[in-house]
Amino acid sequence: MATGKSFRGGIHPLYSKESTEGKPIIDAAPPKTVVIPLHQHTGAPCEPLVKAGDTVYLGQLIGSSQAFVSAPVHASVSGKVVAIDSRPHPAMGVSLAVVIESDGQDTPDPSLAGAGSLEALSPDDLRKIIREAGIVGLGGAAFPTSVKVTPPKDKPIEVVLLNGAECEPFLTADHRVMLEETNDILLGLRALARACGASRGLVAIEDNKPDAVDAMRRAIEAGAAGDLDVKIVLLHTKYPQGSEKQLVWACTQREVPSGGLPLDVGVVVNNVATAGAVARAITAGTPLYERVVTVTGSAVAKPANLRVRIGTSFADLIEQCGGLSKQAGKVISGGPMMGIAQATLDVPVTKGTSGILCLSRDETPADVVGPCLKCGRCVEGCPMHLAPLWIAAYGERGMHEEAERLGAMDCVECGCCSYICPARRPLVQAIRLSKGEITARRRQQAAQAAAASK
Amino acid sequence: MAEIAPAGSDLLIVSSSPHLKTRETTQRLMGDVLIGLAPAAGVAAWLFGMRALGVMFAAVASAVLAEHAVAVLGKRKTTVNDLSAAITGLLVAFNIPPSVPLWLPVIGSAFAVLVVKVMFGGLGGNFLNPALAARALLLAAWPVHMTNWVRPFDMVATATPLATLVPKGVAGLPLPSYLDMLIGRIPGSLGETSALALLIGGIYLLWRKVIDWHIPVGFIGTVAIMTWIFGPQGLGTGDPIAHVLAGGLILGAFFMATDYTTSPVTPKGRLVMGIGCGILTVLIRLWGGYPEGVSYSILLMNVATPLIDRVTEPRRFGLVKKA
Repeated sequence: MATGKSFRGGIHPLYSKESTEGKPIIDAAPPKTVVIPLHQHTGAPCEPLVKAGDTVYLGQLIGSSQAFVSAPVHASVSGKVVAIDSRPHPAMGVSLAVVIESDGQDTPDPSLAGAGSLEALSPDDLRKIIREAGIVGLGGAAFPTSVKVTPPKDKPIEVVLLNGAECEPFLTADHRVMLEETNDILLGLRALARACGASRGLVAIEDNKPDAVDAMRRAIEAGAAGDLDVKIVLLHTKYPQGSEKQLVWACTQREVPSGGLPLDVGVVVNNVATAGAVARAITAGTPLYERVVTVTGSAVAKPANLRVRIGTSFADLIEQCGGLSKQAGKVISGGPMMGIAQATLDVPVTKGTSGILCLSRDETPADVVGPCLKCGRCVEGCPMHLAPLWIAAYGERGMHEEAERLGAMDCVECGCCSYICPARRPLVQAIRLSKGEITARRRQQAAQAAAASK
Repeated sequence: MAEIAPAGSDLLIVSSSPHLKTRETTQRLMGDVLIGLAPAAGVAAWLFGMRALGVMFAAVASAVLAEHAVAVLGKRKTTVNDLSAAITGLLVAFNIPPSVPLWLPVIGSAFAVLVVKVMFGGLGGNFLNPALAARALLLAAWPVHMTNWVRPFDMVATATPLATLVPKGVAGLPLPSYLDMLIGRIPGSLGETSALALLIGGIYLLWRKVIDWHIPVGFIGTVAIMTWIFGPQGLGTGDPIAHVLAGGLILGAFFMATDYTTSPVTPKGRLVMGIGCGILTVLIRLWGGYPEGVSYSILLMNVATPLIDRVTEPRRFGLVKKA
């Protein structure tokens, strides 16, 4: 076992994982209705393949896209499609969604079947299985996994790195998955390595999860990783250690270049739960229609780690966990550092929903913004070694070119700067706005260049 | 036991991530600075009695009232609650002789707050340390009052230890004992005499992580090394302990040069500033006309801070330096 080298920057918030880290995953109550967004991944949205009135099986393909960067969506219950319309989305505002009323039977799609042993499957076979199963990164960004293991020919992959850091406070879904689906994770790792041509695997786990480290080590020793060279990397617990670039650096000392991806340094990073989903797609043909979600926070009576069907509403799950207390302030999709505060509980769990965090009003006071003291804490905390105070200052004044020059596009929006600012300045927010402007301007320039060259 | 409300409640707060913040606030940081200054303030009251208390009170009151008045006249919310005006006032008091007439710190504080701070945008906007800029003004305008040094307890006029130490100082004066200089039983500015009280406060600030070590160590270390090397009887004959304990060095290194707004934003930059302050202090003390160089060296390094920041920009993650 190796120890990861801790990256420069980051913060040490209170992790608050005690209320759920010891709780085994339990199945959420079967939902009566599911709302499955056709856009719940990075990339092109899906087109619906069903219409209102259709009967669907559990796991049936209900939406897909021809675009390379995309992933299909599947029914998470068996029943009847009641509508295809625009519904609230926890991360994208609204999205076209397939609404299915469950018949309570969970009748599986008869065409789903395992693909046999891993050795008999070629990398192309594996990529096809992963794509058709609709698997996307379950760490939160929901990037289509099949695309991730299809690197360009000039960028060979040496390592598949599984992200078991789970650095966000409160969330324990990945922790429980590592304890309870250990063999699936390692089979998935073997499949991912085979698909992208990697010669070795790493499983990186933060040292606040010693039981998960132990479970993984025992599974590897028992042969669950087959003949793939798999090592565990023990990570120093710090936020955001699970951030891709920091993770790659901690495990391999390779720096992903600015504007680049881990594949530029020969690495592919996947969340541990994603690897588990890949394993099940291979062994049983199971598409991605459920995931583990940590429902937690002081404003919910009975926090739990739930296995949830995609499309189940936040309202249903909170109800199952004892309901929302009257002192509830925020309901956040994800963790407290990068999660998105919800305006309504009638939003569905998507493939990227790692947690439902219910914070009380006391925990979420309205901050009074003070002037920047130039204390430099944001500079010290930034894991991308930026100077958030200057970038945000430029962003606030609409000087986006200067913000870009200082590295605004390198910002991963981890929130360390806003967390640590004693003046409570909305640094991430200002930088995010600037990034939006910069992206829009780049797109406009690219369109103009394309038009000019015609 | 929390009451349960039905799901789908419409009372949810929606705001940008992150949804967790550190417990530290501007006010808490400033409060810690005041605590750090408290030992020296207490020693000043012991050494210089009611005069010291009067000067401190006048300086702080003037600073706070000036800032509050600006807010009231401008029909804006007052900013005195962040405690930075109080600190500016106290530091003005610390940097002047305790023997001054009370109107002098009143003018000094008002200048520090109104001109140096408010006119440049308030907290975070000043490019010079307000208390030191005020001291420079006071010294230029009222040099007699500002150099009327008195002994502790009996308040008899005398020269400061620096006058003995520096080449262009008063010849033939005995240097006080290291112990007296450590405790503060020497003439000097109101808050600068007790090295011990200031060190206690400085270590408190380090422990609370209000400041980091780079400026104090850079500043004091450089002064110690250079004054030892460039001694009065040739190389290596200097008295670094006396130079470190005398004058406003410890006050300046821990409490003045470390002001966030007027110092670099990176640890490396702060070290550069500390060393720069040290070099300038020694230049002034040993080869310049004034016995004390700390306040001018800090003001000069304040002005250099934007340049230091530019030169010590952190290397961005993933940025490959183009060949």
